[in-house]
Amino acid sequence: MIDSIGPKHIALPKAPTGIAGFNEISGGGLPKGRPTLVCGSAGSGKTLFALEFLVRGITEFDEPGVFLAFEETREELSQNSASLGFPLQNLIDQNKLVVDHISIDRVDIEQSGDYDLDGLFIRLDYAIQKVNAKRVVLDTLEVLFAVLDDTQILRGELRRLFRWLKDKGVTAIITAERGDGTLTRHGIEEYVSDCVILLDHRIENQLSTRRMRIVKYRGTPHGSDEYPFLIDESGFSVLPISSIGLDYKVSEERVSSGISRLDDMLGGRGFFRGSTILVSGPTGTGKSTIAAQFVHAACLRGERCLYFSFEEPAGQIIRNMRSVGIDLRPWVDADSLRFKTVRPTMYSLEMHLAKLHNDIADFDPQIVVMDPITSFDIIGTASASRALLTRLIDFLKMRETTALLTSLTHGGETAEISEVNVSSMMDTWLLVRNIESNGERNRAIYIVKSRGMAHSSQVSEFNITSQGIQLV
Amino acid sequence: MLVEKETDNTNGLPANALGQLDENYYVLQLYIAGHSLRSIQAIASVRSICEEYLLGRYELQIIDIYQQTKLAEHEHVVAVPALIKKRPLPQRRMVGDLTDQGKMLSGLDLIASTD
Repeated sequence: MIDSIGPKHIALPKAPTGIAGFNEISGGGLPKGRPTLVCGSAGSGKTLFALEFLVRGITEFDEPGVFLAFEETREELSQNSASLGFPLQNLIDQNKLVVDHISIDRVDIEQSGDYDLDGLFIRLDYAIQKVNAKRVVLDTLEVLFAVLDDTQILRGELRRLFRWLKDKGVTAIITAERGDGTLTRHGIEEYVSDCVILLDHRIENQLSTRRMRIVKYRGTPHGSDEYPFLIDESGFSVLPISSIGLDYKVSEERVSSGISRLDDMLGGRGFFRGSTILVSGPTGTGKSTIAAQFVHAACLRGERCLYFSFEEPAGQIIRNMRSVGIDLRPWVDADSLRFKTVRPTMYSLEMHLAKLHNDIADFDPQIVVMDPITSFDIIGTASASRALLTRLIDFLKMRETTALLTSLTHGGETAEISEVNVSSMMDTWLLVRNIESNGERNRAIYIVKSRGMAHSSQVSEFNITSQGIQLV
Repeated sequence: MLVEKETDNTNGLPANALGQLDENYYVLQLYIAGHSLRSIQAIASVRSICEEYLLGRYELQIIDIYQQTKLAEHEHVVAVPALIKKRPLPQRRMVGDLTDQGKMLSGLDLIASTD
């Protein structure tokens, strides 16, 4: 079934990992029947990546696996992976998985003369045969360097091991600690040269960010960027969306804003489907109400909406909107509206992007609301949060998802200036503001721009009534 | 498993000539992989040391990891040949064909460390 020694010009057979997003950046998965090196510093997710590769191999592709652990015991691995919903013990009981722990203790080994690693070979062979394994993980082989002094013999033996794994036709992951200025501490990348993946975990602005890069993939064109990835309840997911570009379908279909007079101002028919709408204004001008009314109308049409709230909890939004006659509760109960509330400071920008991406892919909504996008400014530079939005908007447009984003401005004359950095990406830009005159405060809305449609240039006053927003 | 006993090991006590305490009785396990040259060399080295230094107070088990997979697994034997001194405590391990006699002797605490 596996042809590991094929001519170079034939596209390499791939072993799909089942890890969300990874196949996209690697052209289909890991090189089938060959070893792959996964390196990274401590805590970068190497073990987890390897473990998920095995578990998904069994559950999704019916390829049994062997996990040979040099550092963690079987119990530790089971516990650590249980939180991610990987049923290791089940798979072991079904005879689909072998988790074997080799404990190596430096202090009590002394070396005298030539040796080989037959003990390891025999043990591995035994495990592979036991479940007829197609996938193997060695985590972390480099501990051998700490125990065995004669590195020359050890290197020779490792070379023999990798050749042996190839001959066996198993798809293998070998993990290794990152070295100082090198990919691995002991230069294992010299022997495992078909595919090398680097995982990275850094802290920027006190927020953790995980990134992955395919350093090398022989015989396969692959993305060479650093891709952010997430480790959450469902395991690993990689975000392959930096390269979407502008090549997406453009819709002629229109969607109502939920406010009929506003639809009138937008060429009589509302927004374009799949467009991106920015509603900006100072605090208390009704931005969230406009968003809620838009969502309400969409749910009435039978569409699915995802509402990201970065400042208010869902319950509070529902309560507040009910007071102006917009009852969102039934939509939440029917699961046609989902709220995702998360504090911006919870994650780094890239983690946010990854989370948003996952949530959107998971729920597959027609409408997305993000309220407010300006929250991101506090966790990154303006250019970084602009980059996040660009990628997110590209992703939404590709899915033909209509997005309404709110943006908090700080009032006064400079309101528009602060929007400059994102407004160019928006298809429709609505500005709401307070107008104070004759001892009262009124709200007004106008359309700064709306691409592709004739739109009103009027400044319209509006009230927030018990029946929602009413333009006067 | 091949067990070579050089003592009458009743009651777990060595009946050696000097009547020494238990600590002087050696239990050694030698793990080898088949009958390779390296295996043969290791066996010869260990035997010669035992005969010379431990006569009458040792037990040597020679374990072929091809045959005794479980035992090798239990002892986490990765590199072979491997010599494990089970007794007297502390346990010690040596890896290699054991041709370096000086290292062997210090590894078995038969002479003070040469380092």
